[in-house]
Amino acid sequence: MSAATPATGTALSSLRKLIQRRVSWLPVGAALLILILMFVAGQSYFGRFLTPRLLSSLLVDNAYLVVLAAGMTFVILTGGIDLSVGAVMAFTGMLAAKLLSTGVPTGVVIPLMIASGAVFGLVIGVLVNYFDVQPFIASLAGMFLARGLCFVVSLEAVQVKDTTVLGLQSTKLGTFEWYITPTGIIALLVIVVAAWVLGYTRFGRTVYAIGGNEQSARLMGLPVARTKVLVYVISGVCAGIAGLLFTAYTAAGYSLNGIGTELDTIASVVIGGTLLAGGSGYVIGSLVGVLVYGVIKVAITFLGADSSWTRITIGILLLVFVVVQRVLVARGSRR
Amino acid sequence: MDPQPVLEVVGAQLRFAGDTALSDVDFRMFPGEVHSLMGENGAGKSTMIKAITGAIRLDAGSISIDGNPVSFSTPAAAQRAGIRTVYQEIDLLPNLTVAENVMLGREPRRLGFIDWRATRRAAREALRQVGLELDPDSLLSSHSLAVQQLVAIARAISTELRILILDEPTSSLDQDEVAELFGVIRELKSRGVAILFVSHFLEQVYEICDRVTVLRNGSMVGEYLTTELLRIDLVQKMLGRDIAELDPETRSTAPLPESDRRVVLSAVDVGRAHRIQQTSVDLLAGEVLGMAGLLGSGRTELARILSGVDPTETGRLSYEGKQRHFAEPREALAVGVAYSSEDRKHEGIIGELSVRENILLALQAEQGWVRRIARRRQDELTASWIEALDIRPANPEHPAGLLSGGNQQKVMLARLLALAPRVLVLDEPTRGIDVGAKIEVQRLISDLAATGMSVVFISAELEEVLRVSDRILVLRDRRAVAELDPETLTVDMLLAIVAKAETDE
Repeated sequence: MSAATPATGTALSSLRKLIQRRVSWLPVGAALLILILMFVAGQSYFGRFLTPRLLSSLLVDNAYLVVLAAGMTFVILTGGIDLSVGAVMAFTGMLAAKLLSTGVPTGVVIPLMIASGAVFGLVIGVLVNYFDVQPFIASLAGMFLARGLCFVVSLEAVQVKDTTVLGLQSTKLGTFEWYITPTGIIALLVIVVAAWVLGYTRFGRTVYAIGGNEQSARLMGLPVARTKVLVYVISGVCAGIAGLLFTAYTAAGYSLNGIGTELDTIASVVIGGTLLAGGSGYVIGSLVGVLVYGVIKVAITFLGADSSWTRITIGILLLVFVVVQRVLVARGSRR
Repeated sequence: MDPQPVLEVVGAQLRFAGDTALSDVDFRMFPGEVHSLMGENGAGKSTMIKAITGAIRLDAGSISIDGNPVSFSTPAAAQRAGIRTVYQEIDLLPNLTVAENVMLGREPRRLGFIDWRATRRAAREALRQVGLELDPDSLLSSHSLAVQQLVAIARAISTELRILILDEPTSSLDQDEVAELFGVIRELKSRGVAILFVSHFLEQVYEICDRVTVLRNGSMVGEYLTTELLRIDLVQKMLGRDIAELDPETRSTAPLPESDRRVVLSAVDVGRAHRIQQTSVDLLAGEVLGMAGLLGSGRTELARILSGVDPTETGRLSYEGKQRHFAEPREALAVGVAYSSEDRKHEGIIGELSVRENILLALQAEQGWVRRIARRRQDELTASWIEALDIRPANPEHPAGLLSGGNQQKVMLARLLALAPRVLVLDEPTRGIDVGAKIEVQRLISDLAATGMSVVFISAELEEVLRVSDRILVLRDRRAVAELDPETLTVDMLLAIVAKAETDE
């Protein structure tokens, strides 16, 4: 490197410094890179792939998943996991459909959906924090409970005819090519608020601290107990909101909705660069993760291949990401 | 005459898993004074600190601040009262930035949201006070342990501080950093902060402390002014024994007759790339082979090859005259070579298991898990090892993780000794344990050698190597440089050989 002038030398070192400072953003960058590569590959393979309509529908079709992933990010950042979100989403949707069909006003139903999601989260959070139940087990119990309650509400699918709820999905703002629905706006809003909370509030920083080392966080005098309960409540609230979006999307409540969605959510969060061990990751990454998931789904449809290939591709991607994370963590601890 | 103490603990009492951790201990701290809690491992120092900082609650006794009784249920409550602690194991968050580690939980806010600019500025200011010029945005994990320790102290002093507790703060610092830290302590002292300084290093205690409280086995021995307490008296109070009786000749038993001194383990040109250059060494029956060298000299690497933990890349290793190639530690164990890691926390003690389970782990593994050792036999074995090594508390069902460092080390030794090994390789068996336990371990090693066992003994303390070993192998820069007879050596001579390269190059 004798040819390098001092100027490029300092530029290099400052670049290295920048990378060192922002090392936790690397996985998010990797996810973004994969998303772009997929766009490029899709465009060159299918020809008419990267269209404004596709980009618009990518967000709109996956709005519920974006919201779930935002909530899940909080939980995973503390080192926990929430398996209940798919079932809770189905339950709140089911409840809403039933109540709306019996004539309860929308203005009552929507807050009720969110509140019931919050209650599920609260129960799981309390189990995890105060009864020392493994997050996996506590949220698994929440999942069964919510799924069971779905069947209590109704065994059959319940149609939703409420125009306000349906309007969330059917109202298309923008041009014919570039459009967004209220559901998409809600999803983006959730992302912005979540990112803001994680980055700019003491609560948010405590979430990261717990994921780094819970014992240390406690000794530092941070409100660990409150925070740990609250992340599950947030995930529950997000599941409630997702229930609303999903109901608007499918125009019905059905007790078998969202089976396996919790796993799609976790996969998206992990692909988006959040460490499953906690302490590192960003909501923006989770948004990217959901988009990666969405593009894979679309590409499989374009190929006309069986939809099970979506799962296979996600599985492979997930594997790659987890291994890469492992390597990053191992390198970090060796230092 | 005395001014009012800022902190006063009266009659502290605590039982832990059925054992007395503290009994009737009084403790007080005065503003602008450095106080030290002294005692062996397991004397109750850590427990006392935890009680003051709200990490645990006392069963009986009272804590008062400025004469007002308080009861902290969480560390947060103690912190609100102005008590800050820097723990021995650095309790910071490696995944966050330096600035956050300093400011976490009390970041300046604007309209309810964290003002990152002000946070960084405040962090930088706090870091400057402990003599650190760091990029506040760098990740904590990118810095050395010593720097992290200072960051922890910066965190502690950047607040409304009345009482600062430093638990073994100097264990990862070098000379200059210790001086830096003492500067910070003196500065805080002049500001009227009461400081609790806990350290194994007597010189440091005498340098910085005004007052000491001595604990032994959870009870209070007394409170003294440092200026009025001779060093020898302090040690005696800590140990509760006569020094003369405790120290003198570690090698009390007669060595084996010459005729029995056959070669047990022979290594010819063993080595691993980038770790240890080719080295040859013989180990005789009934001898203690000391390994002296600085950290990174290759002493641990050689020990791991000799004991079959890491395979050698070159040369050969023979045991009892037969060439061996150990692919994994169990193979070495099978022929009677046992290794005790320097990293007892990660590679040794399983904290959740009881003392009994920890001791019998290796023996049971050797027998195979199908042939379970009968419970009565287990109890017998455990009891005999607890007695032989004087493990305290003498309770086989005590979780091993709750034992003091010295006692954990003894449990590790018991586990290996239960296998009746022919060769015992001990990597820093006395690190981080107190004087009394050290001498017990040293004596144990000599006794074992006298029974015909061969011991490889590694220690960073040259004096200890000199006292315990029959022969000393000096390592430097990843190779063996000398083999010496301790009879003809002094600590200073050994130090000169060990340190030579550092000054030459």
